[in-house]
Parts: sequence; C-alpha cells; structure tokens
Amino acid sequence: MTRTATFKGLLGAKLGMTQIFDENARVVPVTVIQAGPNTVTQVKSPERDGYSAVQLAFGDIKPKRVNKPRAGHFAKAGVEARRHLVELRTADAGEYSPGQELKADVFAPGDRVDVVGVSKGKGFAGVMKRHGFKGLSASHGTERKHRSPGSVGACATPARIFKGMRMAGHMGNQRVTVLNLEVVKADPDRNQLLIRGAVPGPKRGLVMVRSSVKAVSTSG
Amino acid sequence: MQITDVVERAQLRDDLPDFRPGDTVKVHVRVVEGSRERIQVFQGFVLRRQGGGLRETFSVRKVSFGVGVERTFPVHSPSIAKVELVTRGDVRRAKLYYLRERTGRAAKIKEKRSPART
Repeated sequence: MTRTATFKGLLGAKLGMTQIFDENARVVPVTVIQAGPNTVTQVKSPERDGYSAVQLAFGDIKPKRVNKPRAGHFAKAGVEARRHLVELRTADAGEYSPGQELKADVFAPGDRVDVVGVSKGKGFAGVMKRHGFKGLSASHGTERKHRSPGSVGACATPARIFKGMRMAGHMGNQRVTVLNLEVVKADPDRNQLLIRGAVPGPKRGLVMVRSSVKAVSTSG
Repeated sequence: MQITDVVERAQLRDDLPDFRPGDTVKVHVRVVEGSRERIQVFQGFVLRRQGGGLRETFSVRKVSFGVGVERTFPVHSPSIAKVELVTRGDVRRAKLYYLRERTGRAAKIKEKRSPART
C-alpha cells in the first residue's frame, strides 16, 4: 500500500455464498458480506500520529463485555461500543470525522476491492493438503507411506535440509488477502455487499473490504 | 432459512407454471445472435428437477432426428422467456433416467388423467 493513495474501506462479516444472474442472464458466483454499519472512532493525522488513517468499528457487543480502556475510547468518539476496531491507512483521512457512520454505499457496483480475512483453520495438515503434493504411489510396493512427501533432501552434500522445505504443519487460521475482486452490488438499506468470487474465512467471520491496491495504484 | 436467501429472493420467478418430471413442456429460450434476440423453442419431457432456491435447474429430454438431446436450464434464469405445459405425465419417479435406455413405445410416458393431484 502506497502511503499517498486514498483508500475506501469497510469492516464486515461474511454471510455466505450464493449466485445471482447478471443482465446477460449469466450466473455470477457471489459472496454476501454484511458490510457495516461502520462507525469512525478515530482519525489519525500525520501531525499528531505520524501517519494518516481512519479507525473503523464494527459489530454489536454487550456493553458489559467492553473493557474500561475501550469503553473510554468509544466514549471519546461519542459512539456506541463495537466489537472490532481496524485501521485503514488512507491519505484522505482528514475528510472523516469521529462518530461518522459508513454504510455499504461506500462502494459502487464495478469497483475493484481487496478482501482481508482470517482463513478457516485446518489444524496440523499433511503435505498433500497443505502444499498440494501428489503423495506416493498407491501400489508398486509402497507401504503405509501413501500420503508422505518422499525425499526432502540429498546425501552427504549438503548433509542438511534446506530452510523453507515444504513440510507438514499448521494450515489455515492466518490472515489472507484476496486481491482485485469485483463489487457486483452494494445495498445500503440492508448494508450488504455482493462480491464476485470467494473470500477468506468462515461464515460470520470478520472481513475487511477495501479499495483494491492494484486498482488504486494504476489509476493514480 | 439461510441468510443469503434474502439476496436470491429478488430474482426468483413465480411466473412459470408448476411442472414436474414426466411433464411435456415447451421451453421458450431467448437466444442472442449478435445484436438480435430471438426465441427458440425446445420441446421435450422433463427428466429431472434438481437443486433449490435460485440454483434450481431442470433438464428436458427430446429425441431429435434419432439422437437423444438433453438440455438443462436454470429454473429462474432470465433467458427463459416462457415455459408452456403441454401434457402432464404420470410417472412414479423423480428422476426419469430409465427412459434414456428406452426407445419407441417403451419410452412413452402415460398421460395423467385426473387434473386433481398436482
């Protein structure tokens, strides 16, 4: 992300996928995102904070679940407490004001966006699932090693395994960004965004939708 | 109910007749040729209905010049101009795959006489 560009963004929850027909009667796979309402809780400026950003809040939370420091932070902005806080780096942060509410109409159909989320956790996964290895042969004498990676190194030279060798391990449950997706529809009444294609995370998972890095950098 | 059903509801069609496997139908399909649009009719019997909500599809089978032709349409697709119900069939299965192996008289579907049970 370049520091001078302006980005638009919204926090939301993934609701699930479905499909709709476009104007040419073609089927479009879409992810439905409950995008907002978001409230602006803080505006960071280069003079005060060294960089320019907007802090967005999203999601209902019981008031007694909000800890004291956070409650104070929300009170300062004069807004109801929310569950999630995320900062959006953008050059035009000065145009936002604390307490402002953002709805799904921040984006329009045809906009290009990136979606950031936390992928579904897969636990400790083997190399076939985690890295797409082919595994070993089903027959030809293979015994109890059908899903194993095979050889991971050479012999006396180099006499070690190279760093970064792809092996079994924890998969998923990490921050994933999907770049350059198309906004199919924005519904400010229901605060829903329809985005073409899949986005990371489970249903009801938190996702951040923001202007696409690729679209912003090529347009200016 | 799924949360995403709300999104689909706007595009669901209720102007199509209630047809089921075994019925003979004429499907009027919008075909775009360049800038021109015309209607093509595909007549045959409904082989199956599959899926739910906006994703529901149905397959129509006909025998054209001795060759069996099956076409699958999304029920709620805007490219379907109209579905005409020609006859109601009397069948005891939801998927009529067994008719693929039959020809001539054996492939005939009995017509439903009483219009009551739909």
